[in-house]
Amino acid sequence: MDLSYTDEELAFRDEVRAFMRDELPKEMSDKIRLGDELGKEGQEKWHAILNNKGWLAPNWPKKFGGAEWNAVQRHIFEEEAAAHHAPRIVPFGLSMLAPVLQKFGSKEQQDYWLPRLLDGSDWWCQGYSEPGAGSDLASLKTRAVRDGDHYIVNGQKTWTTLGQHANMIFCLVRTDPDVKQQEGISFLLIDMDTPGIQVRPIILLDGTHEVNEVFFDDVKVPVENLVGEENKGWTYAKYLLTHERTNIAGVGFSQAGLNTVKRIARAEMAGGKPLMANPHFAARVAQVEIDLRAMSTSNLRIISAAAAGGAPGVEASMLKVKGTIIRQEINDLARRAVGPYAMPFASEAIEGSNEALPDPHEAGPVAAQYFNNRKLSIFGGSNEIQRGIIAKVMMGGGQ
Amino acid sequence: MNFDLTEERQMLQDSLRRYLRDKYSTATRNEILERPNGMSEEVWTQLAELGVIGAMFTEEQGGFGGAGFDISVVFEELGRAGVVEPFMDSALIGGRLLAACGKTDLVEEMIGGSLQLAVAHGEPTSRYDLNHVRTSVDGGKLNGRKAVVMNAENADHLIVSARASGDVADEAGISLYLVAKDAAGLTIQGYPLLAGGRAGEVTLDGVEGELLTEDGFAALSDVMALATMAQCAETLGAMDTATRLTNDYLGTRKQFGRPIGTFQALAHRMADMLIEMEQARSAVINAAGNLREETRIRDMNISAAKNLLGRAGRLIAEESIQMHGGIAMTQEYELAHIAKRITMADHRFGDTDHHLERFIALSAA
Repeated sequence: MDLSYTDEELAFRDEVRAFMRDELPKEMSDKIRLGDELGKEGQEKWHAILNNKGWLAPNWPKKFGGAEWNAVQRHIFEEEAAAHHAPRIVPFGLSMLAPVLQKFGSKEQQDYWLPRLLDGSDWWCQGYSEPGAGSDLASLKTRAVRDGDHYIVNGQKTWTTLGQHANMIFCLVRTDPDVKQQEGISFLLIDMDTPGIQVRPIILLDGTHEVNEVFFDDVKVPVENLVGEENKGWTYAKYLLTHERTNIAGVGFSQAGLNTVKRIARAEMAGGKPLMANPHFAARVAQVEIDLRAMSTSNLRIISAAAAGGAPGVEASMLKVKGTIIRQEINDLARRAVGPYAMPFASEAIEGSNEALPDPHEAGPVAAQYFNNRKLSIFGGSNEIQRGIIAKVMMGGGQ
Repeated sequence: MNFDLTEERQMLQDSLRRYLRDKYSTATRNEILERPNGMSEEVWTQLAELGVIGAMFTEEQGGFGGAGFDISVVFEELGRAGVVEPFMDSALIGGRLLAACGKTDLVEEMIGGSLQLAVAHGEPTSRYDLNHVRTSVDGGKLNGRKAVVMNAENADHLIVSARASGDVADEAGISLYLVAKDAAGLTIQGYPLLAGGRAGEVTLDGVEGELLTEDGFAALSDVMALATMAQCAETLGAMDTATRLTNDYLGTRKQFGRPIGTFQALAHRMADMLIEMEQARSAVINAAGNLREETRIRDMNISAAKNLLGRAGRLIAEESIQMHGGIAMTQEYELAHIAKRITMADHRFGDTDHHLERFIALSAA
């Protein structure tokens, strides 16, 4: 048992730190720290910076142009990225679709789509959830019917994150309605510019436009855009979901968030003393910090096992549940910390203060972030679904 | 013992609930939220005609209510419908401060629905401390900065607290002034609020106003007691809506071939929400029913309610969103606004921890 990083891991961490210090543009990290939108252009710029270093695809094998990091290296990168307020890598193409193409795609699909993911030619979004198929994803209804060299697709997807930026969408579609739900699903790659596709924004409760509805009306998709075999899509979807759950604990985000809470609470005054000196508030912070320290070690234990070849299954569900609870608790602390300044909707509104304030840029978005991050325990398999998995595996003796 | 509303209060509740159900839909409110002034004058006027504002004042003040349960009935309905018009800040806090200072002509205008007020008391570093006033008055000139002043841009007059003497945290030495919206040296930097309505940062640079009282702390304490109770009632109404929406959703939304409410993991949490609703209702009754008791008893009940509503409100807002799933994250769905109202209420008149500490201090007194 040794809780410290090896010399190689420490050297890697130093390299990542130096990269963040030298290559991450300040205007970009400022935006992330203040909870601002990076936008498509900013996101693509960060991808290009990472790609230039060879770090855009940490989990890809080297033969496809990836960094082929092990789980501990990926963890170190994610932790440093969060600490430096780096943008996250948009995961849909690079972390979710790519592993499926690498394992199940044809040689032609790999040769065509993978380089375009790295050089930023395509922006992918994910067509999984439907209005009636959320937690119960296998009940999806979007229909694809074979017609010569094409599939004709009709139906609707929802919660399509950043679909407004995407030129491509990977979709789960029903190709056989007459068999068991899981056995009639296929995995299709669809060009968003195809006639019959309509994208409508969904405005979230914090006023942001990050998700969309996507409608398909007689959309023609060439059969060469089928990944793997027809009606085997559920297998690929499940494989993809295991990749969706990397960095599931969000330790880096929580650590950065907790630092922000403390910074605010040291500046904010309550009853003539810094809020951080208030025993009730200090107790709230300490409780979360205690939980986070333990979860951070749980995360490393599971990552180390994965790096040694063990496959995280039920442990990933545990990290998702505990990780989201902790992140949401930190969001809650941040909104408490800023007091009445949690109420304004616009961060720029409280500039020009003539007194010491919590950094006004930090006070502005904390309540909006609190509301936005309610999504953490809903998407990617809600915490109820995760608890179901844990209970089934641990109490029922196998998945 | 009798927990029934009087006939008059029942009638007011019924007519108010009917009006808001018919005229204040999610779509209507979302349109109001986008307006430059953050409110609907039509809704304000019509609710004034229904007696909503008159119910906040005693007969001596020109109204027809003014007691704890008159006010709680009104605000529970406003909360149930997620009303964003500034009845709390303009009518109740502003109006009752003017009434306490004998400005009967302006109170009459307020009850008639033709006046808008803002109370500029909190400051950038005062957080929830009512005694913290740094804004100064010297030779009749007001100087300072007021933070998150609700309804500031819409107000015809601002009621401004200023320190005439003493240190920044002294209860004595705080005066209240009535300042016209176009007074020289007054600037307002307005912004929308996350849960609807608007507020602003108010800067006072040698502003002149009319002295209302030199014992501002006493007037503010009494009116903020009313307002905190009213806030609890408003939040109770919002929590009731969240609970009802969630209950309905669990019965209709199907996943895995059955209504999700049939999953025990959700059913038990729904039951916990319903239990907390009863606790919250009783806490509001305790606060409203003790408003005219001696100050310590009054304030213990108010702090108890605000603390309990803070805890139960968080549970109900978060659990309602979680059990709905993604739909509750969308601005088009009623719960999104209601959940924001519930959570942001914790940032008014002292949060959960503030009132826990106040309850402890009052208990020891």
